[in-house]
Amino acid sequence: MLLADAASNPWSWNLLTDFQVMWSYPFMVNAFRAGAVIAVLAAAVGWFVVLRGQTFAAHTFSVVGFPGASGAVLAGVAAGYGYFAFCVGAAVAIALLPGSGKGRGEESALTGTIQAFLLACGFLFVALYKGFLGGVNSLLFGSFLGITGSQVLLLTVVAAVVLCVLAAIGRPLLFASVDESVAAARGVPVRALATVFLVLLGAATAEASQITGSLLVFALLVLPAATAQVLTPRPGLSLVLAMVIGLAVTWLGLTVAYFSPYPVGFHVTTFAFGGYVLARLVNVVRQASLVRRAPLLRSAA
Amino acid sequence: MSAFAHPFFLHAILAGTAIAAAAGLAGYFLVLRAQVFTGDALSHTAFTGALAALAIGWDLRIGLFASTIGVALLLGFLGRRSRVDDVAIGGVFSWILGLGVFFLTLYTTTRSTANGGAGVSVLFGSIFGLSTSSAWTAVIVAGVLCVALLGIARPLLFASVDESVAAARGVPVRLLGLVFLALVGACAAEATQAVGSLLLLGLLAAPAGAAQRLTDSPYRALVLAAALAVGEMWAGLAVGYAVPSVPPSFGVIAAGTLVYGLTFLRLPSRGRPQVRVARAGGSG
Repeated sequence: MLLADAASNPWSWNLLTDFQVMWSYPFMVNAFRAGAVIAVLAAAVGWFVVLRGQTFAAHTFSVVGFPGASGAVLAGVAAGYGYFAFCVGAAVAIALLPGSGKGRGEESALTGTIQAFLLACGFLFVALYKGFLGGVNSLLFGSFLGITGSQVLLLTVVAAVVLCVLAAIGRPLLFASVDESVAAARGVPVRALATVFLVLLGAATAEASQITGSLLVFALLVLPAATAQVLTPRPGLSLVLAMVIGLAVTWLGLTVAYFSPYPVGFHVTTFAFGGYVLARLVNVVRQASLVRRAPLLRSAA
Repeated sequence: MSAFAHPFFLHAILAGTAIAAAAGLAGYFLVLRAQVFTGDALSHTAFTGALAALAIGWDLRIGLFASTIGVALLLGFLGRRSRVDDVAIGGVFSWILGLGVFFLTLYTTTRSTANGGAGVSVLFGSIFGLSTSSAWTAVIVAGVLCVALLGIARPLLFASVDESVAAARGVPVRLLGLVFLALVGACAAEATQAVGSLLLLGLLAAPAGAAQRLTDSPYRALVLAAALAVGEMWAGLAVGYAVPSVPPSFGVIAAGTLVYGLTFLRLPSRGRPQVRVARAGGSG
């Protein structure tokens, strides 16, 4: 949450000194490392989320981390286990229910109910665990102060596993995401792929939630990928672009948060959203100039 | 029952009933129009609005209503044909949540009288803490919302089930969509006081989802959604009163989830008996 010693970190416009001071604290170095791992992972997984239109499911996973973490605290184990158990569990549950997670009618009612119920469970755990009110905010909105070296190592290992699986299923998943029925007709196991992808999404969300908090992980998942897909239609390029944007936004957010009294989640979401709006504007301008250059396109646009 | 001797419980029942009825009606149309995600976004907006008002020092309700209705209209204008692109919604509301964190920090650090639990009570509701005047305000606002929703129910139903045919028949589809979103926004603002902004989605989605599974007729489902929401609210309040360690908003959502879960057991063979929304194409 709030940096306790915010007042003692003035920005001096001497970049070299500023960064030397900031990185002289081990927790800031760990925050930058963890932020990099999470940003790349979230952008890669989020790219497929945006492509497949599963933003509602992604948001559901991101909020179910909260009951997981508060339940784990209530039970007396590390919050990380709770994040993974609940996010992957919710992923399996949503994957098993037919057609849910796509934001359509009844299915979206189901996803919404699951989400609200799990959040209510989280609130119950918090209410049962007395004297925990300050902790709620850091579970919901994230904290980058207490990251240890071993946590960074664990995050890196999980991220590497998720990215390897994603790379292995990337091509058929892309095919299935772009045109599901054609892919199914060509013998791609569409349903199995969707399930595997949801589990990957759950794992990625669980991992990122530990730093960004349950409510803000969604920004890292969706915004960089959406920005990249607005900027370029080419799949490979936009995937790389999403990772670069995610990384830039996270590091920028961490840097600004260090020098300002406001929490990191606010800065990261603001930069990510600013980038998205900028990309949409660039796109509008670009299309307008295209139409002006080739009047025949005007009817198609 | 001795519970009714306590004024706080009476206020909770009074406000809760009205809010639940409005949320049930609004939720039915949200589910029918496949806009549950929009409801989700509006509920998160309520959090930011409330904390912004607290940070500035205004009345909580001004912030709630201004932010939710404003964002509802914004989402309505963003989307083509009054249906909004999921990614745009996601982008907008994740940033709004970020703003909420900003206001939370601002509030807890600048206001000397601030209580650290304000954010938590906005997120998860504090229905047992309503005063007489705020309970009656809730009843009046929710009553107006119910009347307005029932007033536009017929054309809205038409526009939701088949948008292009409705437009061809002269129904002002786009305007209806905007009015509906604004009503949902107002409903979200009002319901935030009862179950909290994070749990609001359960009150919108669960009774409506259950009602759609139980009956084919749209009007019956509409009434059923409102009735279920009210029943679930009462059950939740009773549980919250009987077991003090269980927060009432948990009871409400748990009751809603239970009822929705039971509808899956009841009809294993009949398939999906709800109104199928004919989609003319396009996304979101």
